[in-house]
Amino acid sequence: MRVVQLPRCWVVCVMLLLSVVARPSDAQGAPTTLRVASKAFTESVILAEIATQLERSAGVDAEHRAGLGGTRLVWDALIGGSIDVYPEYTGTLLDEILSADSAAMTSRAGLERALAAHGVGMSEPLGFNNTYAIGLTEARARALGISRISDLRNHPELRFAFSNEFLSRHDGWPTLAQRYGLTQTNVHGLDHDLAYKALQSGAIDATDLYTTDAEIRRYTLLPLQDDLQFFQRYDAVLLYRLDIESRVGATAISSLRRLEGRISASQMAALNARAKLDRVPETTVAAGFLREAFGIAQQSSERSVPRAIAARTVEHLWLVGTSLLAAILIAIPLGIFSAKNRKLGQVVLAVVGVIQTLPTLALLVFMIPLFGIGGLPAVAALFLYSLLPIVRNTHAGLSGIPSALIESAQALGLPRGAQLRLIELPLASPLILAGIKSAAVINVGTATLGALIGAGGLGQPIFTGIRLDNLSLILQGAIPASLLALAVQGLFEISERVLVPRALRQHSAE
Amino acid sequence: MTAAILQLVSVSKRFGAATALHATDLSVEAARTTVLLGPSGCGKTTALRLMLGLLQPDTGQVLFRQAPLGPESLLKARTQMGYVVQDGGLFPHLTAKDNVRLMARYLKWPEPRISERLKELSELVRLEDSALGRYPSQLSGGQKQRVALMRALMLDPELLFLDEPLGALDPIVRAELQDDLARIFERLGKSVVLVTHDLAEAAFFGHVLVLLQDGRIVQRGSLEDFVSRPADPFVTRFVRAQRRFDARAESESNA
Repeated sequence: MRVVQLPRCWVVCVMLLLSVVARPSDAQGAPTTLRVASKAFTESVILAEIATQLERSAGVDAEHRAGLGGTRLVWDALIGGSIDVYPEYTGTLLDEILSADSAAMTSRAGLERALAAHGVGMSEPLGFNNTYAIGLTEARARALGISRISDLRNHPELRFAFSNEFLSRHDGWPTLAQRYGLTQTNVHGLDHDLAYKALQSGAIDATDLYTTDAEIRRYTLLPLQDDLQFFQRYDAVLLYRLDIESRVGATAISSLRRLEGRISASQMAALNARAKLDRVPETTVAAGFLREAFGIAQQSSERSVPRAIAARTVEHLWLVGTSLLAAILIAIPLGIFSAKNRKLGQVVLAVVGVIQTLPTLALLVFMIPLFGIGGLPAVAALFLYSLLPIVRNTHAGLSGIPSALIESAQALGLPRGAQLRLIELPLASPLILAGIKSAAVINVGTATLGALIGAGGLGQPIFTGIRLDNLSLILQGAIPASLLALAVQGLFEISERVLVPRALRQHSAE
Repeated sequence: MTAAILQLVSVSKRFGAATALHATDLSVEAARTTVLLGPSGCGKTTALRLMLGLLQPDTGQVLFRQAPLGPESLLKARTQMGYVVQDGGLFPHLTAKDNVRLMARYLKWPEPRISERLKELSELVRLEDSALGRYPSQLSGGQKQRVALMRALMLDPELLFLDEPLGALDPIVRAELQDDLARIFERLGKSVVLVTHDLAEAAFFGHVLVLLQDGRIVQRGSLEDFVSRPADPFVTRFVRAQRRFDARAESESNA
């Protein structure tokens, strides 16, 4: 009987929000589209882009969700059905994904069976093996007459510098030295980027590298042949969901298989170098490869910089706006509830507080099983993050009202709902609005992380820029994101004037 | 004896282990001013809040016009009661005018009726028109109390509650408002319950004085009764304490 009636505008807002969130293009939608994805590093993005463009040339409706986080995230998205294809390495499959499955280890057929059990198929290797290698500059290698790792035995005086990871890994330097009988003693740990420079200046003779590193071309390095096959093979393959054959069509799989055995390690290193060193967009790099290798002319679909920024900003605003609106609609009632029910209120505050302590990336990843990848899980995570400041401030605003005012309102004979609407919420409005403001500003910043799970937004150029070491690309995301945060702040200063009663404004002129 | 408009029938109230009010019977007579009097912590404010239904009694019943004050009847009963707290309890986000007409607007009174009533009341409490447009933070202590009184009287209630209405005012304003209040009570002929710790103030306003100590009524009567027929040594002590203070104040002001 005493239940506070839901204001009609609240109900309308919730309905609107649901209709916006349920926009059809996301996650489970569009079953005839082939969704190709890549991890957040250049080689993966280039390979996925090549696959995407090849599919398109075969008439398949394919899209590329570039640079989604790490292995576990992309694998989960694949078996969860929110993506269809992504490039992977056999070594990673064995070491990280199927490490618990001993049958997968024994043979290629065992590996394929293990994948099939997850509804996943695997292409033949694409042609290159991106594994650890020991590299010297070409000039030095030629002078010493070295081309294989076992040749190093004859040169115990050589100076080595390895990444710390390689120095400590079980398949790193100590075991390598043992296996090949290497006796060099001048061995140090050194940051990878510094190691390249040290190689160039002659301060060291050899370092560890990946066989398709872009830097191989930049510093004209020679990866030595692993003649005893010490390093595990990291053959690049394409993983795909088996159901794309029935869903998208047999062409989807046959197109992927056209890439089998077509990309050599030096070709891949050259493609990586074009993207990383020459700053050529991955789409263009991929198109160039397809033109050379398959004679396929692709229309480059690169957008101009201003249009790209505008599109990213719109995506960003969608992420922020939807999640914030949802948070406001849920958090204010939650805050009211927790102010009115002291015991349960403490529980509510504790729960939203705990959500806030979850690392953002972890929360984003938790959302994937529930919402797939793309905008929806990002909105859900941002929504959860925005709850605490609003709930806490609503609670504080309402609890802080002097009891004399509450009793005066009660004594007037105002029913509870009217008391809340006419007295308590207006009195708490400066704090509530401040809570919404901090939620919004945090939200604008946090939304950039959404790019890691395929939500797009201004994080996309930032993370691509970080990956490619491309400052201008980073700024294309970072500057609009900062401006957006400032704009949000300004917007709230204005709405403060409109929403907060004049006498309660902090900077009131009186 | 006049008819009772409100009665406490063996009403008691505890807060945790402390008993704020022991089982108490008390009736508020219609068209008279009843003053609840006593030192702080004696239970007078608790009694007032029980009468207003701001607190639920642990035992006993509050009768408003012979009907028990329950959850269903409470809201309606409150529109027939007015309440003024010590510092006015005005809502800081509303102007004086909006504070006064809040309830009338909620009840959808026609605007002409509201402005007419506003005018009547501002004349009654002698509040200048310009003050009506200001926010509580821009009003003096005396003005706040006048606005609070207007708000309490807006719906023309039968019963008016005032909790230390003059407590926070400086002496001159206090004296002025005291006179005005007495005049208003006189003129409106309403039933009034006033809480104070000040014997002089109680005697000034009260037809009936009710002295409380430690959650119990010690004596009910006039000042004359308290002085010449004290029910308890505490009554004499209370009267003397206040007189001694007044006497000293008087001698100081004469010096």
